[in-house]
Amino acid sequence: MNDMNMEKKGEAQAAAQPQAAQPKAAPAAAPAAARPAAAAPAQPAKNQIEPECVAPEALLERMETLKNKEGYDFLENLTGFDWEADGLGVVYQLASTADPSRRVNLKTLTTDRENPYLPSVADLWDIANIYEREVYDFFGIRFTGHPDMRRIFMREDWVGYPMRKDDETEKNNPLRMTPEPLSDFTETYTLQSDGTVTKSQRRLFEEDEYVVNIGPQHPSTHGVLHFRVSLEGEKIKKIDPVLGYIHRGVEKISEKMTYPQTLALTDRLDYLGAMQNRHALCMCIEQAMGVEVSDRVKVIRTIMDELQRIDSHILFFSCLCQDLGATTAFLYGFRDREQILDIFEETCGGRLILNYNTIGGVMADIHPNFQKRVKAFIPYMRKNIKEYHDIFTGNVIFQNRAKGVGVLTKEQCISFGCTGGTGRAAGWHNDVRKLRPYAAYDRVQFNEVVRSEGDSFARYMIRLDEILESLNIIEQLIDNIPEGNFQEKMKPIIKVPEGLYYSAVEGSRGEFGVLLESKGDKSPYRLHYRSTGLPLVAVMDTACRDNMIADLITIGGTVDYVVPDIDR
Amino acid sequence: MAINKRPKIKSIPYEEFKDNETFERLVAELNAKGTNVIVRKLDELIDWGRSNSLWPLTFATSCCGIEFMAVCAARYDIARFGFEVTRNSPRQADVILVSGTITTKMAPVLRRLYDQMADPKYVVAVGGCAVSGGPFTKSYHVVNGVDNIIPVDVYVPGCPPRPESFLYGMMQLQRKVKVENFFGTTNRKEKDPYRDTMAEKAEEIYNEEEQA
Repeated sequence: MNDMNMEKKGEAQAAAQPQAAQPKAAPAAAPAAARPAAAAPAQPAKNQIEPECVAPEALLERMETLKNKEGYDFLENLTGFDWEADGLGVVYQLASTADPSRRVNLKTLTTDRENPYLPSVADLWDIANIYEREVYDFFGIRFTGHPDMRRIFMREDWVGYPMRKDDETEKNNPLRMTPEPLSDFTETYTLQSDGTVTKSQRRLFEEDEYVVNIGPQHPSTHGVLHFRVSLEGEKIKKIDPVLGYIHRGVEKISEKMTYPQTLALTDRLDYLGAMQNRHALCMCIEQAMGVEVSDRVKVIRTIMDELQRIDSHILFFSCLCQDLGATTAFLYGFRDREQILDIFEETCGGRLILNYNTIGGVMADIHPNFQKRVKAFIPYMRKNIKEYHDIFTGNVIFQNRAKGVGVLTKEQCISFGCTGGTGRAAGWHNDVRKLRPYAAYDRVQFNEVVRSEGDSFARYMIRLDEILESLNIIEQLIDNIPEGNFQEKMKPIIKVPEGLYYSAVEGSRGEFGVLLESKGDKSPYRLHYRSTGLPLVAVMDTACRDNMIADLITIGGTVDYVVPDIDR
Repeated sequence: MAINKRPKIKSIPYEEFKDNETFERLVAELNAKGTNVIVRKLDELIDWGRSNSLWPLTFATSCCGIEFMAVCAARYDIARFGFEVTRNSPRQADVILVSGTITTKMAPVLRRLYDQMADPKYVVAVGGCAVSGGPFTKSYHVVNGVDNIIPVDVYVPGCPPRPESFLYGMMQLQRKVKVENFFGTTNRKEKDPYRDTMAEKAEEIYNEEEQA
């Protein structure tokens, strides 16, 4: 049936060519006609993954071998699933940092819906701690051996597990206006040798510890984020992040939406990476369906992604300066950001939420002024970067507060899965644009900016240098936008063939991935976003320990998380 | 003396404001009992001052917060209207711009922030999420409109609203502030939520002391 659809689509595409394409675009018609053949059903989609099923009993041993002997040291993604009659389960995606082409996917599941238990891998990867808490919160799967089995996004008095297919979430959870209960105890479930599970409690903070709450309403947490910080004098002893103040249930509502509708929500996750997020989901769906977008679309998407990255990094600079008290630098940053927003506005119609990418192309062709304005912007921005360095980078106060502060090693970054600028500041080559080139990144020359210090200053410099690299990428592409369709002809109802698919792009602050499970319907069965920010918040405890409480702001600022992306 | 029905707002003539009917109804309500000449003159002076220096609380949960920052920056320059003094503490703020989605976990926090603000206080619901839940209406964890939690003075729709609509919404609020009574009437919009409990507590303490 799928094959037939594709053929029909091919005809429709051919028919649509003359009107959609511009007169010059005649050569573009040839690859368009060849497309359905590339998507023959015998060939699995480029981004399809088939996780190997491991029994829960054998999981820990297998994971240990994979991590310690075979070098899969990066836990890219850990996703909970509710396969209804087949049980509740988890999909693990592992990658090797030494050889990025080596990737392995595993899954494990349990059929017990009342008391589901699975073994925890939190000892092997630090980030698994947070990911497993998320799975527990959404699906109610308890992980044995996990040191901290609390809810992460929902309130502690929440009833039920919202992502389960049979959960009556609204019925059980009216709006509670009572202050939120926050437990001082963590729970650990331990699997005994006779197969039973015992529960033990541990104190999170000792009774004589001095704990300060930062957030949820605090100007420098960049959103509604709550840190419980244990202090010794002015030194930070421990941080316990409390998340979920902006958890909007994007993954769950996506399950009831059609594919084009789900796109609208991606822009609102990490709104400073709106283009890239939407690019990731569009790419995931396109690859799953076997749709090949035109070269023109690929180049436009690449340019837009890079403009968005510059936009995000300028905002990073502005906010960091503002947090440290440099208001002038904030105004400088926003002055330049408006130039990008103007370019976006002409083509996309929006300033912040752009809704530009669509499945099979982009919403509208670029504005006639687009190339002219982008070309004017490149030298303008190069000049202004120097100004940024003059006004802020050399500042003694900033240097003292950033150099050698909040140091993260490469191993820590990998264990926590801190991709993007944070990981690259510690020397980890993790740029998805280089590792697995997508869109037009394989045809441009650019450097992956990597430093080795891993401190706040390195993280800051990485982003300013990345602005220059992004300008280089745009410069190479802006004069060479190929002719072609800006939108492939798609069927009115988009259905993705059955399977599990994963696509990732380099977002403004790390790898943004989309894990999509389809049952062949017009809406996704499960849609999971690999949040770029969640690992960054998870690492705050490690990065801030033994630093001053005042530096929490600098470290949080340079790690650069966006809270709605963390909570989703 | 009657309240001036057409308070002057710089750069926008009265006719160009939308929804003047609601505003006129509000003025008629305030005018119903008439006002003392001297008191109203004083009120006008206070209203003039208050409407031109509304201090917003730095409060943003998501995307609209970034647009609020853009409004604060040079191009849109919120300082032209006297709103530039953003306060980090609700105790010093006059107006809370609810920019962004309010989730059920955030709802009690927002309520507490509102309760901590000193009267007279105003609420502007910025963006689709704060107005009605926006694109997340169907979510299990989103409050469909912040007016379920706190009273809202001005709604600014958009996802996110353009800076111009931010400013327009703030000017609507200015208009509202300009017709308010301060003397002779209470400044509170809501009943003091703690009044009864405070009285009970005071009585308890008093009784305990008596017994001792």
